[in-house]
Amino acid sequence: MSLPQIEIQLIAAIVAIACAIPGVFLVLRKMALISDAISHSILPGIVIGFFLTEDLNSPWLILLAAVTGVITVVLVEAIQKTGLVKEDTAIGLVFPALFSIGVILIAKNANDVHLDVDAVLLGELAFAPFDRLMVAGTDIGPKSLWVMGIILSITIGLLIAFFKELKVSTFDAGLSSALGFSPVVLHYGLMSVSSVTVVGAFDAVGAVLVVALMIAPAATAYLLTSDLKKMLGLSILFGVSSAIAGYWVAHLLDASISGSMTTVLGVVFLMVYLFAPNKGLIAVMYRQKQQRTEVSLLTFLLHLNNHTEESERHINHLNEHINWQRVRSQTVLDLAQKNNMITITDSIVTLTSKGKEFTDLALEYIITNKDEKIEHMKDNFFLFRG
Amino acid sequence: MSSKKIAIRVDDLTVAYNYKPVLWDIDLTIPEGVLMAIVGPNGAGKSTLIKSILGIIDPIAGSVTIYDKPYAKQRKLVAYVPQKGSVDWDFPTTALDVVMMGTYGKLGWIKRPGQKEKKASLEALEKVGMLPFKNRQISQLSGGQQQRVFLARALVQNAAIYFMDEPFQGVDATTEIAIINILKELRKAGKTVVVVHHDLQTVPEYFDWVTFLNVKKIATGPVKDIFNDDNLTKTYGINYKVAVNQ
Repeated sequence: MSLPQIEIQLIAAIVAIACAIPGVFLVLRKMALISDAISHSILPGIVIGFFLTEDLNSPWLILLAAVTGVITVVLVEAIQKTGLVKEDTAIGLVFPALFSIGVILIAKNANDVHLDVDAVLLGELAFAPFDRLMVAGTDIGPKSLWVMGIILSITIGLLIAFFKELKVSTFDAGLSSALGFSPVVLHYGLMSVSSVTVVGAFDAVGAVLVVALMIAPAATAYLLTSDLKKMLGLSILFGVSSAIAGYWVAHLLDASISGSMTTVLGVVFLMVYLFAPNKGLIAVMYRQKQQRTEVSLLTFLLHLNNHTEESERHINHLNEHINWQRVRSQTVLDLAQKNNMITITDSIVTLTSKGKEFTDLALEYIITNKDEKIEHMKDNFFLFRG
Repeated sequence: MSSKKIAIRVDDLTVAYNYKPVLWDIDLTIPEGVLMAIVGPNGAGKSTLIKSILGIIDPIAGSVTIYDKPYAKQRKLVAYVPQKGSVDWDFPTTALDVVMMGTYGKLGWIKRPGQKEKKASLEALEKVGMLPFKNRQISQLSGGQQQRVFLARALVQNAAIYFMDEPFQGVDATTEIAIINILKELRKAGKTVVVVHHDLQTVPEYFDWVTFLNVKKIATGPVKDIFNDDNLTKTYGINYKVAVNQ
């Protein structure tokens, strides 16, 4: 690996972490769309800042653009408060308006400005290592590495300091307010951090893809854990690994780095969405299928419990009377035998004492909905897990 | 009664949403040590009254004091249980962690909960019978269990005044009895408990103090004196005879 390659991956990884942290809170606050709005509407801030400073990495430009991001949030909330339109409509009204101002500003001054709409939308990570930061004549590394490094340090510092406040205000804004942790202050704090991060990451990944870096890792982590700290950790892991994998995909295909990074993020999300152990699509489908079988099992056991006469307990009777297809009958019989709930002699099915106990407990639970007595049954049967 | 201290005093409180008043010129004094129900029809402003006492909503006029001082100075004396439906129960956290949030107020900004807070939270979970579920993800709890967790979170605040917004909503009979017993214990310990309540039939059994509210205050006082057909009719606007005669 050459030095620029290492630098590009380092920048990508830092951008990914810096985006993943506020992203988790945006996803949990159901504000994912706000990051999209901010990433577009900071454009006029960036353009004006660029006219003034002539430097895409100037701290002034970043602050100015971040202020535009916060203004976006204020405008969205102001429009929403009129009660005339809903939040999504308000977002849809505000950010194209601000973004278009930025586009017009660029077009009007395209001749003397090194800034084009493509770069703004997609960013260009490949060029990042060429813009060096010089201190007293010494090259100390790519500028964007320093900019994002500083933004990330601030984000991590704020996260550690205000983790509990962010958690309580995200979960229960009413309690947070009553306890004296103003949800408004925390909300705008989070919005400011998000805006600054978007501006810093903008140069590397562009306005469209920075949204993916904020939302996709958090959405993926959400499917895998029920612990906020783990969700943060997993988001960072997914963000960084997708960013680096995306870089190598781009390298192999000779394609856009930011485009490849986002594609990898999408693929990772899809994989987790399908295969996550509890919330994943396949796990859910498997669980539903098992539950159906278990309901059938219970129906069958209940039938055996109610009928002692042999004619009602013949195996063929399952197909005729309970009206199941052969495959399902076999599945149910197998499950019952595996759990020693029935014995089969000469095609006559008999309920064992274990099967009888299971039926009684299950019935009692279904009627009373009290689960103290069936705790031991939860491990083997989805039906009793509520 | 006159010897009792005033726990909560509300003066000329008016609250409006989009310039439409939802609470109009409310005067209310709640003595220390009562277990009080706030009753009134839907849209009467019951939750809004609690939220404006707690500074969650800004009133357009009037003032509120807790033991003669503004709420902002008395936060640590007050615990609050919002409506169960007001939070997202899919939030990635456990029952114990939710109860720990009750300790945040006394900790203040930045400082993090430690062993002491954890121990207090476990005790509160024990009190509401939820200790076996301490590590359960909150979306895996039943409605009644979620309400118990919320109650534990208020208990851990160890406050002088408890505000609860419909704690009996969507809970089974066992949980309702468990909750009301804890509330009665709080009153016995000299705490003041204010509950937004829907079920008029249980008012005389559960509470000793009641406030009738329907945008304006209709009446407030001891249940035995003012919980009658006259006030019910004034509050609900129909001829109400069911609750009291039972």
